[in-house]
Amino acid sequence: MSILGTRVVRTEDPLFLTRGATYTDDLTDERLTGALHATFVRSTVAHGRLLSVDASAALEAPGVVAVVTAQDVADLAPIPPPFPFINPAMTRPWLASDRVRFVGDPVAVVLTEERYQGEDAAEMVAVDIDPLPAVVGTAAAASDEVLLFPEAGTNVMASFGDPAPADFFDGCEVVVTQAMVNQRVAPVPLEGRAAAAAWSEDGRVTVWCTNQGAQQARGQFGDWLEMDPDLIHLITPDVGGGFGAKIGADPEYAFVAWLAKHVGRPVRWAESRSENLIGMLHGRGQDQVVTVGGRRDGTIEAYSIVFDQDCGSYPRIGAVLPTLTMLMAPGVYGFPKVHAQARALATTTTSIGAYRGAGRPEATAALERAVDLFAAEIGTDPADVRRKNLLPAFSEPHTTPTGATYDTGDYTVALDKALEAAGYAELRAEQARRRERGDVRQLGIGMSVYVEITGADNGAGTGEAASLEVHPDGTATVLTGTSPHGQGHATAWAMIASDQLGIPIEKISVVHGDTDRVPQGGGTMGSRSLQQGGAAVHQAAGELVDLARQRAAEKLEVAPEDLVVDLGLAGLAVRGTPGTGITFAELAADEQLLVQTRFTAAAPTFPFGAHVVVVEVDVESGKAEVTRLIAVDDAGTILNPLLAEGQRHGGYAQGVAQALLEEVLYDEDGNPTTSTLADYPFVSATELPSFELVEMATPTPMNALGAKGIGEAGTIGATPAVQNAVIDAVAHLGVRHIDMPTTPMRVFRAVQQARGGS
Amino acid sequence: MQVSITVNGQPRTDEVEPRLLLAHYLREVRGLTATNIGCDTTSCGACTVVVDGLTVKSCTVLAVQTDGGQVTTLEGLAGPDGELHPVQRAFREEHGLQCGFCTPGMVMAAIGVLADNPDPSDREVREGLEGNLCRCTGYHNIVRAVQAAAKAGPAAGQVPQAQEVQA
Ligand code: FES
Ligand code: FES
Repeated sequence: MSILGTRVVRTEDPLFLTRGATYTDDLTDERLTGALHATFVRSTVAHGRLLSVDASAALEAPGVVAVVTAQDVADLAPIPPPFPFINPAMTRPWLASDRVRFVGDPVAVVLTEERYQGEDAAEMVAVDIDPLPAVVGTAAAASDEVLLFPEAGTNVMASFGDPAPADFFDGCEVVVTQAMVNQRVAPVPLEGRAAAAAWSEDGRVTVWCTNQGAQQARGQFGDWLEMDPDLIHLITPDVGGGFGAKIGADPEYAFVAWLAKHVGRPVRWAESRSENLIGMLHGRGQDQVVTVGGRRDGTIEAYSIVFDQDCGSYPRIGAVLPTLTMLMAPGVYGFPKVHAQARALATTTTSIGAYRGAGRPEATAALERAVDLFAAEIGTDPADVRRKNLLPAFSEPHTTPTGATYDTGDYTVALDKALEAAGYAELRAEQARRRERGDVRQLGIGMSVYVEITGADNGAGTGEAASLEVHPDGTATVLTGTSPHGQGHATAWAMIASDQLGIPIEKISVVHGDTDRVPQGGGTMGSRSLQQGGAAVHQAAGELVDLARQRAAEKLEVAPEDLVVDLGLAGLAVRGTPGTGITFAELAADEQLLVQTRFTAAAPTFPFGAHVVVVEVDVESGKAEVTRLIAVDDAGTILNPLLAEGQRHGGYAQGVAQALLEEVLYDEDGNPTTSTLADYPFVSATELPSFELVEMATPTPMNALGAKGIGEAGTIGATPAVQNAVIDAVAHLGVRHIDMPTTPMRVFRAVQQARGGS
Repeated sequence: MQVSITVNGQPRTDEVEPRLLLAHYLREVRGLTATNIGCDTTSCGACTVVVDGLTVKSCTVLAVQTDGGQVTTLEGLAGPDGELHPVQRAFREEHGLQCGFCTPGMVMAAIGVLADNPDPSDREVREGLEGNLCRCTGYHNIVRAVQAAAKAGPAAGQVPQAQEVQA
């Protein structure tokens, strides 16, 4: 029986569970002997003119070797915007010189012999800032009253799309419009940012950092530091979660490398959690206006989304997220007309980047809310409105009005499976009973149907490199350009190779995240790993068998086509005479048995699914509790159900968290008020139920494995289903919409307002 | 100041700053890096270890407060022949870890939950682990792992007896 599709426990776990993984801050590499600790001094003012930085007192503090300020980096060009369509004046200095643009903007760096000394000395650096008005929120940014980059003449980083034609909703019997917020959230990987750097005599630098893609980060280092990338050896050790926020290098990482050169000693940096919450990328942050128009029979004819993306102070991936939201605007529906338009805006906050789903959850949340609003307006069950408008099943590519080409899909079946598993009719009956009785705890039932894009071109193409070598001792090594941070690639890629070679997974090691060993790669992001990185390993294994067959044919003096893989042997046997063959290991002993390949996918894939969520809302306190979450997530063929389920669970938790409680807040002066885990309402085990998973698998033709991506399904499907459920619980009281997070206070206010008839 | 702390059965005396946190003592003085630090407000539980039979967040305790004490970290759980502790085994079998950053603290906290309640319900496990945050797993498989470990009996709620090694 094939190992593919079975619940294989992870090969990485025994080490993780006995000695612990080795994260960047755990490294004891001898090249880091005597490393100094870097402590960033960060602006405590959101926006202002930097008048002076006085390091004299800090320089006297115990253990301080150097204090670096903007003057020391004057030779290094500021970091340009990451995309050509962004206003080119919006560059990022390495250390603030004339202006600070968010609380957390680096102003200086203290280098000390020991860690605790850095915190002491950083406090002693005197920073004088003349405050300017903060720009918090997209409305303030769009007014252009206060500019972050006066040279740019505007806070608009980029604009996408045109206004809808004036007659867009003409002829619709019902038109519903609603402003909604997809709030800023913090990715909070439990391992914060960390980096270490050491230069060698030959002018090369080794940089270790916690990141989702070593090769991409190395490219950025090279560009920013104006270095030949071949002189940079970038290693991502074990990585403690990323969720999109560890895509690409952070300026601090490259700066650690620069600092090590500057002081002539290795340097390491690991941020604190409060530094992480104010300085790492945040996610989401869209202010949306959705309008949906159609007929009273439930047919939706036109849908429009117009939104402003908060990008924070310096352009990062946030500036490109609107394009993904716009691409995925039509979702699973066959609406005849779809319109999308957006602006990316600078605000005096930390930059926005990718966060699990990156642009797709925002599209789905808006759309699934809009469909519910439309259903409520015409007084029809939201499941019926969805069924009426879902695209029919297709197995030939379908192109949407916004230009996405979906590969395969059957959305109605996904919805029906989820509703059936939930016991939808009985849930509605129970809801009716509670409403009838006027219970304090009301039932809410929410749903969402989604389609997303995975394996989109992230700049490294829609392909991935892999190499595979069998060694004379019978072990094998896979090299991959994908870079796990909890997804279990070591197990998954070993399964794929083992399936074709017969070498047990324990004997297959997977190497990733080291640019000297794997110079090319696209990293792990956008749920691309299995469908591209895994497919590359699959292709490599096939090529290795072909190579082995040629060599074995010569050696055994048989025709190559008479040789077949004998999995029990971990080698090749002559057809019809099992046992009379040669192992891959024996062939490797004669001559290196190695293949290097690159898989190219024709296009991305479009996984889909449906979620149904049940909440109980205490209408007196406003507190909502998720009691059930039922999910269909169709990601094509599943390689390892255990790993796929883990990915789904984690995403649901983050979706529930965004819908119910998580939100990054700044006060009107731009001060972060959720800058520790004591303030940021991070979801714990008590706020979540156990999840109910429903299986469905529609393979994709885009790769030999039939696999689509699964990493982001949870946040895309669960977030709107939970939000819809909370609103549904109080809809009979006259509540039409509640923005996320649907905190007790917000729900309470919405109920009060509805009851007061205002 | 001088502290004598037995970690995973190994006693040692070290000179430390009075303000050194136990978490940093374990990581930097004793070289045991499984214990992770995920916050600076005693919120995440990544640093959870067992001190004299109680689970504590080692970022909240000074090394000097542990003077004369017995500390067990993740590294001290498996048997001498590498045999996994029931909680370690259950975390593997139930896929209770992804990136692994919360895992050392989560495993130690799970042992504490089982020490107090050898057969906890879903709700009781969730409440017992409220002080330990995980961003990857959605807690679903962690809860299952703790319940699976409970089936191993009382051993699941115990850390290995520290051997008295003569210094
Ligand atoms: S590091 Fe100790 S609780 Fe977070
Ligand atoms: S496994 Fe990553 S934080 Fe828990």
